[in-house]
Parts: sequence; structure tokens; C-alpha cells
Amino acid sequence: MKDPIIQLKGLTKCYGPQRAVDDLSLNISKGEIFGLLGPNGAGKTTTILMMLGLTDPTDGTAFVCGYNATSNPIAVKRKVGYMPDSLGFYDNMTALENLKYIARLNGLSENEIRIRTSELMEIVGLSSVMTKKTSTFSRGMKQRLGLAEVLIKQPDVIILDEPTLGIDPGGVQEFLTLIKRLSKEQELTVLLSSHHLHHVQQVCDRVGVFVKGKLLAQGNIETLSADLFGHMGHVVSIKSAHAIPQPWSLQQELEQWEAIKQITMDKETIVFECKENITPALVRFFVENGYDILGVRQKDYGLDDIYQQYFEDIN
Amino acid sequence: MNSQINIYKTAKGIRKSSPFGVVLHKEMADHIRSWRFIVLIGLIILTFIGSMYVSLGNIRSAISNTNDPDHTFLYLKLLTTTDNSTPPFHVFLSFLGPLLGISLGFDAINIEQNNGTLTRIMAQPLYRDNLLLAKFVSAMIMVGTLFFVLTLLMTGGGLILTGVRMEPQELLRILGFVVISVIYVGFWLSLSIVLSIKFRQAATSALTAIGIWLFFTVFYQIIVNLAIRSILPDPSFLSQDQILRYNEFILDLLRIAPNQLYTDASTTMLMPSVRSLGPMTMEQMAGAIPAPLPFRESLMIVWPQVSGLIGATAACFALSYYLFMRREIRS
Repeated sequence: MKDPIIQLKGLTKCYGPQRAVDDLSLNISKGEIFGLLGPNGAGKTTTILMMLGLTDPTDGTAFVCGYNATSNPIAVKRKVGYMPDSLGFYDNMTALENLKYIARLNGLSENEIRIRTSELMEIVGLSSVMTKKTSTFSRGMKQRLGLAEVLIKQPDVIILDEPTLGIDPGGVQEFLTLIKRLSKEQELTVLLSSHHLHHVQQVCDRVGVFVKGKLLAQGNIETLSADLFGHMGHVVSIKSAHAIPQPWSLQQELEQWEAIKQITMDKETIVFECKENITPALVRFFVENGYDILGVRQKDYGLDDIYQQYFEDIN
Repeated sequence: MNSQINIYKTAKGIRKSSPFGVVLHKEMADHIRSWRFIVLIGLIILTFIGSMYVSLGNIRSAISNTNDPDHTFLYLKLLTTTDNSTPPFHVFLSFLGPLLGISLGFDAINIEQNNGTLTRIMAQPLYRDNLLLAKFVSAMIMVGTLFFVLTLLMTGGGLILTGVRMEPQELLRILGFVVISVIYVGFWLSLSIVLSIKFRQAATSALTAIGIWLFFTVFYQIIVNLAIRSILPDPSFLSQDQILRYNEFILDLLRIAPNQLYTDASTTMLMPSVRSLGPMTMEQMAGAIPAPLPFRESLMIVWPQVSGLIGATAACFALSYYLFMRREIRS
């Protein structure tokens, strides 16, 4: 395994008696897109602030790009681009001036700044409006300007806090594709926090589910669903054209099958929980017994279910 | 050829400014473009013109008054003469200076935090103290430039109007007065920066700063007088020495107020015949000829005041560092 570029060890942050982040340990390797998934108030932003040295952890350490974020925040900030969830720009300056200001703060020379700003404005699609004041910008445009600002320092890691918040669906799609493309092209490590699972599902290589300051699970989506729903086996639901009579004559026979754990019926829909995938055999059985089948659905577990499952545990 | 390119490159590299310089540049540009600063400049210039007008009208009688030991200092007289219809410029400035300082600093940090720009700036490789320092220094440069321009205009205008040669001592005294005024504004500026870190709402911090200013200009003297009157014994039972000691004590108490320090210091600077800021005994006065003091002596008299002002400014600034350095930056 490659060396992790972000390494959190036992990170803890307390606000009074409340533990906002509780003993968090996490490794993210180079080039990965990691999604930090959790509801509001789970401690995502606090974790990110600790990674940038913007707040001090109560306990534990955060290493980013090999630097301790608490004791050496400046070195970390040189390598990391951060986009906060509530983006603000200097309203009396134009988009270009805002971008140039950040570029100058990062010590880029004027020549570099000229080339890179126009290049980046092109990439994020703001070239036509870059001489307008940012006070006239929509949320989506601000978000894209924020991304340009993150990229102008040529970072190794970018951290995006709720980047899809408040953008319309089309804009989200565009934004996420852009992030994914940039990450692949420039070998960027991306840490993305969101409470919106579908967005995370689209772009992330790996996901961490973060609830009430604790990281409950991490891994890619398949691993997570296998972890969670492994014990539940395969679920097949079959929809027949006619309502199934109660009591059902064939139920006895099906219950004899080794693989079937449970049968639940609701009018014309029958749900089977099985130990293995026996969908073809079930379909054949129904057809042979003269039932007209309208639909067969094999249940896949998406992030939605994963998310739901964790929240059930918590609430 | 190659070496030439290298030289060019290093020259470019040097010109690359530090983060502090970048923030300073931006802050100053913001001040210059802001309406607030334009209004303040207008106010100060109006005051200046008003008091100049009054003093120019009375300058002839002030200069020819031979009973006044300072009557030969034309330019100092320009700054201090008045016909009692308006206060002289330096007294005006003791009111307007705090206003200038407060209005340049009361929203230094909290407005950035509320707009969400603070998080973004702090995520850049910039030391936190550089941001504070840039906010402070940019406003100081603006105020300093303004004051210097005004006084230079005044002396230049005076030279043209009267044709009287300026004593080097007068120039030094006027420059000293400007430096003291800038330090005085600096105190209020750093105080309001502290408040802008402490309070999330700009209005709260502005009101608090104005409250402190009013307290020191209006209520502090009343409170001290009240307290003194109820605590101190009746003066008619005290000896000369004791009265003197008590007077000294009361003055020391009053000097906690920064505007008192400023008034003391600027008066001494602009009126060379002021020999002491406290009461003097008959023995001390004996044999003294009412004559202007040399610049060095006046400077010695105001030195405690000036260092008090600098100390108060530094204390406020240190407090703002303390509040800001380890604070969580969240919008």
C-alpha cells in the first residue's frame, strides 16, 4: 500500500462536554477521492478544520502531506487547497481580482499569475464573467470560482466542504465531473465532505460514514454494502399478474427449499430472502405452475440503504 | 545569454512580494476606495480648514502679544490660536482622532468572518499575525499620510501667506505633534481591532468602542472627581505639601484616560512655554523666567505621556494577538 497523504490518528475535538469528533483515525492515500459522508453536525467540518490547523484538536494528531497540521499549519496550507462550505468573496472586487489576490498570497509571480488565472477561468468556465464583481455571482458561479482558487496554488490535496450544497442538479453533475477529471489528470487527492449520498456515490473511490463524531465504516461502496447486508443475503421480489390467494397452496412446497430463508407475501408481490442467488430457479418454478410474471427484482444495496442503516443504529 | 536570463529570473523572484505585503496592499486599496474613509477625510479636512481660518484671523494679535512667551512661533500659533468660537485644531483632533481610529478598525476581522472570506484567507499560507498586522499598519499608513499632508500643507500655505521664515524647532515640534497624533489614533485603532475580534457583529464592536471613548472623554473625569471628593480630606486642613501630593495623585488618575495623555502631550509640543504638566511649588518656580523651552526639554516632559500611549496601543495589540492566534476560524 502507498504511503497515506492524509493520516489522522486518534483525532478528538471537544466543545465543552460534547465530543464533536471522537477518536478518529483515517488514512487517505495519494490520488484517491475520499468522501466523508454524514448528516449535519456530524463533525465533518471540524475534522477538516483540524486538518488545516484552523482549530486545535483536543487530542490526537493530523498529518497532511507529511506535516503536522497543528504545529506546522503553514506548510500544510501550501500544499492543500481548501474550499469552505460557505464561500465568501470580496464583493467590491471582480472575480479575477479575487483570484489574483489568492494567487499572490501563495507567492506566485505576476507572470505565472497572469497565465494561470486565465487558464483556470477557462477550465471552470468563468472566462466570460471574470471582470464582473463577485457580488453579482450566483451560488454555482461562486462555487466554481472557489474551485479555481483552490487549484491556483497547484495543490497536492484538495479539501472540499459540502461542494454541492445549493447548486442545481445540472450544476452538481458538471461540478462533480470536473472534480473527477481534474483529480485524474493532475493526480490530486480529493477529500470531499457531503451529506448528499448520491453525489458522493458518483465520484468517490472510497467513502467514510461519519456520524456523531465517529467514523462508523469506511471502504468502497461494495465493501460497505457487503459489511452491512452480508447477513441478509439475497432478496428477490416477484410480481405476479394476479393476486395470490391466501392461504397459498404452493407455499408449503417452497418452504421445503434449502436456500429460502423467509417468504413474505403482499397481494401480488412475493418477497423471498435467500441464502444464495436462486432467482432463475424461482422464475422457472412460477412459470411451470402457470403464474404470469410481471416483474422480477433483485435487490441491490446502494448508499441510500447503507446510510439509512447507520442512521437507524444511531436514532 | 544564459546568465542574462538567470539574472532576469532572480530579479523577478525578488520582486515577488511577501504575503504580508500582499495583504497590506489590498487593505490599503480597500481603505482608499471606501466611502467611510472619504467621509472621514472630509471631516478632518473641514476641521482643519475651519480652525486654520479662525487662527489666521487672529494671528496678528497673537503674534504681537508680547506678554506671551510663545509669540515668536508663528506656525505653532497657527495651530493653537483661537478666538474661543471654535476649539483649536489639536483639541478638535483629540475628539476626532478616536473616531478615525474606531471607524477604521471596528469591523476589521468580524466582517471578514461574517462574509466567509476569513476562512478562505486563513486557508492560504499566511501567518495569522500577518493579517492582524496588515490591518493595523494599513490604517496607520493612511492616517499618518493624511496628517502629514495636512501639516505640510499648513506650513507651506503659511510660508506663502506670511513669508515668515520657519524655525527648525517649530518644524520639529509640529512633526512631533503629528507623530503623537498618529500614535493616539493608533491606540483607538488597535482597541477597535480587539473589539472586532471579540464581537461577531460589527455594530456591537462599533458601539462598544464608542462607549469606551465616551466613557473616557465625558464620564471618567466626573467619576474621578466624585470619588476624590468623597475620599479625600478637606483641603483647608491640609498643609501645602499635602495638597500638592493629592493634586499630583488626582492628575495621575486622570492620566489613565488616553485623551488626557494626548491633550497633555500635544499641548506641550505646541506651546513651548509649558514647563510642567503638574502643579509646581513656589521654590520650583522661583527664578524661572517665562520663556519657551527648547524642543529637547519639551520632549522630555511629554515622554511619559507618549510612552503611555505606545504602551496602551501595544497592550491592545497583544490582546488581539492572544484572542486571534488560537481561535477557531469558522464562518
